[in-house]
Amino acid sequence: MFRKLTLTAAVALGLASAATQVSAAGEAHVEDFDFSFEGPFGSYDQMQLQRGLQIYTEICASCHGLRQVAFRNLHDEGGPALPEDQMRAYAEFYEVYDPLLEDWRTATPADKFPSVEGAPDLSLMAKARAGFSGPYGTGLNQLFKGMGGAEYIASLMIGYEEAPECAPEDFDGYYNTAFAAGGFPESCIDEKGKHMVPGSWIGMPQPLWGEDVEYADGHSNDLHHEAEDIAAFLMWTAEPKLVARKQAGLTGVIFLTVLSVLLYLTNKRLWAPHKAAAKRKD
Amino acid sequence: MSGIPHDHYEPKSNGEKWLNSRLPVIGLLYDTLMIPTPKNLNWMWIWGIVLTFTLALQIVTGIVLVMHYTPHVDMAFNSIEHIMRDVNGGHMIRYFHMNGASLFFVAVYAHIFRGLYYGSYKAPREVTWIIGMLIYLLMMATGFLGYVLPWGQMSFHGTAVITGLFGAIPFIGESLQTWLLGASAVGQPALNRFFSLHYLLPFIIAGLVIVHIWAFHSTGNNNPTGVEVRRTSKEDAEKDTLPFWPYFVIKDLFALAVILVIFMAIVGFMPNYLGHPDNYIEANPLATPAHIVPEWYFLPFYSILRSFTADVWVVMFAEWVSFGIIDAKFFGVLAMFGAIAVMALAPWLDTSSVRSGRYRPMFKWWFALLVVDFFVLMWTGAMPAEGIYPIIALIGSAYWFAYFLVLLPLLGVIEKPLPAPATIEDDFNDHYGKPSGTPAE
Repeated sequence: MFRKLTLTAAVALGLASAATQVSAAGEAHVEDFDFSFEGPFGSYDQMQLQRGLQIYTEICASCHGLRQVAFRNLHDEGGPALPEDQMRAYAEFYEVYDPLLEDWRTATPADKFPSVEGAPDLSLMAKARAGFSGPYGTGLNQLFKGMGGAEYIASLMIGYEEAPECAPEDFDGYYNTAFAAGGFPESCIDEKGKHMVPGSWIGMPQPLWGEDVEYADGHSNDLHHEAEDIAAFLMWTAEPKLVARKQAGLTGVIFLTVLSVLLYLTNKRLWAPHKAAAKRKD
Repeated sequence: MSGIPHDHYEPKSNGEKWLNSRLPVIGLLYDTLMIPTPKNLNWMWIWGIVLTFTLALQIVTGIVLVMHYTPHVDMAFNSIEHIMRDVNGGHMIRYFHMNGASLFFVAVYAHIFRGLYYGSYKAPREVTWIIGMLIYLLMMATGFLGYVLPWGQMSFHGTAVITGLFGAIPFIGESLQTWLLGASAVGQPALNRFFSLHYLLPFIIAGLVIVHIWAFHSTGNNNPTGVEVRRTSKEDAEKDTLPFWPYFVIKDLFALAVILVIFMAIVGFMPNYLGHPDNYIEANPLATPAHIVPEWYFLPFYSILRSFTADVWVVMFAEWVSFGIIDAKFFGVLAMFGAIAVMALAPWLDTSSVRSGRYRPMFKWWFALLVVDFFVLMWTGAMPAEGIYPIIALIGSAYWFAYFLVLLPLLGVIEKPLPAPATIEDDFNDHYGKPSGTPAE
């Protein structure tokens, strides 16, 4: 009986623990995207990260900082992996404040992206917004579909819609179907207290409309693809060691599996005479 | 060391004799490793090794993390990101430590429930049980203190909620909370002392683990039958037991390796699955997260804490008899600590003369319900306190107390136990003697 119990327990444990991740105030619509970095063997698509960097630079950077990321990281393997001269040239676009000089100066590879006041920093956004994973907060989408913060960011980018009719015209912010934590007009809540429309009103105006940037690699620049690219880039800024981690994980799993088999055989051999003796006696 | 008759260490070489007459350390190691162990132990007896390993893992990874961490409110969050990005292998070390806490609690809950099912807490093993409960309390304290250190949103606001519990204690609560935090609110003094204690407590746990092992090496292990090893002679004892090394070391290492495969997969492929996304946002006293939820391993007891609201009759009654000193908040705190206290008192609450749940037909089902109850409470603890959840949590909490305070004393009186095998040897032979051995329970 105990074995059955532990099995049920293990399953329930997985469910219960994932259930701790309920955070959305209302229902929001987050779409599942197929990112290259999902699953145990997934890794970043270098070209996609470079396209995402371009979107960040041309659009996001005017309001949002990236304070955890150093310019030298753009050269790192497993990331956008810009050639060193390109990375150095990129850093020189930025001015950073140097407390030693007490003045602004041109950024070097060792410097970090400047932080920008007013809007949330984007460095860790893809890890800080992964808590919606349903259904019913069970975390099953996260477990089986690999949904996470990158899905949230991409969904947010394509989630801007015409404000629903139930809302007053002068309601503060912009209606977004993927954003759960924003303002919500009383007039869109029915008598049972349920939200009549998904999402909520966000302070950020729609940043991407499609064809906002020209990609050098000729990749499609419609809204859907741009949203994917910036989301992938922000996943990298949040988890730059993802590829190394998955490789280490895989090596560990293989090594430990082999070790388990060896220990299983050792154990079997070790106990065999005692089990055989038990058979004789019975 | 053990009361079970067995061969003791005899120094052979001159060097061994020289050392042994001055410090009998080899003898101590020999007796510890060669301890006679019931040969019918099943796979639920592997958690001790898993726990020992995890404690070592947490201490080793923790020491490395401390080399790069800065306990300052302006720098703590960024120093974690520094570890994740710039320290060689830092992301793996940190994820091992983070998920190591979860492994620790999975193992300790399995270990505790094994003890509850097979009656490992019963005489003469009460001291082992009590020390185990102390270790569990210290683990919870250490887990909580450690969760504060990354100084994310959940760290900060979780600290405010948990230390607020102490604030609910009548008369001294507020002063106590201020004393714990070193200030009237969560801030730099709290971070510094929590860091200091988070480093200290694991070593106290390690000390208690040694006492825990010492205690059950004195009484001998329990086993799935609950029947004691025969101590009539060395020959009899040897029929019931095998030495810990190599039989159980190899068996336990095999189990550990299998568990580590799963652990490695979680660390490698989904290291943030068990965590809260909010903790990747730096602490901000001005913005409170929508739901403050503790880590999964606290949820059952957190659920008990929350379930006793002011409209529950026991709470109203307690408030009335205590002239309002015990309000709902304080009652919740008492219930939470009480839930662990009744578990610690199990050796004296259980009246059954039979040790193992295997031979207790009624107990078996109530125990299974307790396990289910534990997971139900874990689930309700994660859910917002609205709708149907508070009622489920209250029923769950009531059952938790009823199991220990009513069922354990009662079952021993009304239950008719099944016959247990006369010896461990019989159980072992029975199990492996059958052509297609039914698995041991």
